Amino acid sequence: MNRITGALRSPVTFSVLAGVIIGALFLVGTGADPFTAYGAVLSGSLGADGIGSTLTTVTSVLGLALALAIPLRAGLINLGGDGQLVLGGMAAAVTGLYAPLPAPLTVVLALLAGMAAGGGYAALAALCENHFGVPLLVSSLLLSYPASSLASYLARYPLKEPGSSLPQTRQLLDGVALPAFGSSTVTVGLLLVALAAAAYWFTDRRTAIGYEIRMTGLNSRFAAYAGVDRRGLTLRLMATSGALAGLVGAIGVLSFPYRFLDGALTAPGYTWTGLTAALLAGAAPLGTVLASFFFAVLQVGGLSMERTTEVPRELTQVLQAIVIVFLAARLRFPRGRLRKKAAV
Amino acid sequence: MFFDSDLLMSALRALTPILLAALGGALCERAGVFNIGLEGMMLMGCFTAVTTSWFTGSPWLGVLAAALAAAAYSLILAVGAVTLRGDAVVLGIAMNLLSVGLTSFLLRTVFGVQGTFDDPSLAGLPLIGGFSPLAYLAWAAVAVATLMLSRHVWGLRLRGVGEAPQAAATLGVSPAKYQYAAVLVSGVLCGLAGAQLALGNVTLFSENMTAGRGWIAVVAVMLGRALPLGVLLAALLFGLAEAAGFRLQGLGLPQQATDAAPYVVTLGALFLTTARRRRRTTPAGAVS
Repeated sequence: MNRITGALRSPVTFSVLAGVIIGALFLVGTGADPFTAYGAVLSGSLGADGIGSTLTTVTSVLGLALALAIPLRAGLINLGGDGQLVLGGMAAAVTGLYAPLPAPLTVVLALLAGMAAGGGYAALAALCENHFGVPLLVSSLLLSYPASSLASYLARYPLKEPGSSLPQTRQLLDGVALPAFGSSTVTVGLLLVALAAAAYWFTDRRTAIGYEIRMTGLNSRFAAYAGVDRRGLTLRLMATSGALAGLVGAIGVLSFPYRFLDGALTAPGYTWTGLTAALLAGAAPLGTVLASFFFAVLQVGGLSMERTTEVPRELTQVLQAIVIVFLAARLRFPRGRLRKKAAV
Repeated sequence: MFFDSDLLMSALRALTPILLAALGGALCERAGVFNIGLEGMMLMGCFTAVTTSWFTGSPWLGVLAAALAAAAYSLILAVGAVTLRGDAVVLGIAMNLLSVGLTSFLLRTVFGVQGTFDDPSLAGLPLIGGFSPLAYLAWAAVAVATLMLSRHVWGLRLRGVGEAPQAAATLGVSPAKYQYAAVLVSGVLCGLAGAQLALGNVTLFSENMTAGRGWIAVVAVMLGRALPLGVLLAALLFGLAEAAGFRLQGLGLPQQATDAAPYVVTLGALFLTTARRRRRTTPAGAVS
């Protein structure tokens, strides 16, 4: 009983409710009926027609939410998800197109290449902080832009599908694809991401390194005193984070439409939705899974809300941000280190 | 010739929005509030400027409304970080996200279009000597901010609040009041930056049109060590990179290379300055 009242009183419940209520005010403001609109969000995302799309979205949102939650658990914010995602997708596309291996091996190799590309690029941001003192927040974000430009360049010029008017690579060969469930768009990628979530939960709860990470997040100076190697931890956490973002990119390329299409990976804004989910959950493993599912429902349901009530689907993006604004006023992430680095 | 007066002129034009936003960020930094919501405040300014200019026909009212709207928006950071003692980093990120969603949502409800609102009858800012009036205002703001921070009692108190809030409070200076003022002024400056971007550099609104300029401004604050003149130099560096990028594009380099140029240059400058500063402050062999 105490747990239930405690959960109801928590800032998370408050923020989500406040977001939903403010969203309802917006709906009334545009002349729509909030109950119809929210009903459409739920039926459009969880109904028989929408659930496949929701689970596909969950794959990307949860993948990036985990990518951002893992460093966040130690008080580090990785804002470079877009760049790591795109490089992972590009690496997977190149491997998928040119690896001279049988199809199943190529798929595995493409997934690994995506993870290596994303992880390596994120590690670069960690090195920037460790060796040059550029705050991670800034280095990861700034590095994201050249990565996106590079992938865009590759998709438009050297790797462009000949004769196509779209900025996209050639389609991967038959069989170089993640197996899908039945005729849906849900692929084995969902299982891979679920596996990553389970691994994160296990590491967080049951291992010494998980304890070190949480301790660093709660009090980085105490953790350093207790012998946690801060630089090494930053590097490892960022590499893991980037590898997950890269994995999501690779999954995206190895699923329909089986190619790298410029902008297709970043346009839905998974990085920011993932960051919002990780922040909402305070980076806790199970909470991150729940929050990702919640935001995927919003994102997919937003489309059917747009169809039934003509309210723009961007409203769901507003709702997400409002939840975090309310939450941020109550939540405290360790920022001593960040502030010190950023302070002039 | 590659480096000529044209290049300098386009660099100076490109730097105006960054400079305005970064000055606001520098004031917040001095008052001890880490403001990474600059991007979001700018975007709110862009949208309000275009909407107001469109409905009233006056770009000047657009500029005014942009300043007011962004200042109102900055209250989220002031209330959240100063009064409620929330995390400024998370708040700033949330404000940036909220502004992208809100402006895209309003673009569709107000104008019924998606992506870009662009109309020949939308009134932009006039140019005086090749620059919009807001560019001159930005340079004047550098001078005013420099004098304020180094000479005027308000500026000295602001710095005191940022460096030692408790000491300032003991002397009867309310830290919260100065921090609110700094955040609100940064809101006004970001609103002007947004108006310059949407009515000065171009005359249109498109989704997420700030495209990372607010983040460049955050970096400019760090590069310039939160000094108005330092911030000016950092913004100039960005302006040069953007202008040189456009020039190189004219010479046949792909657009993607030039898109990335400002971020790469900014990051490079950040490396050099932080590495040098570090070498100067930490003795050889010391563990930092």
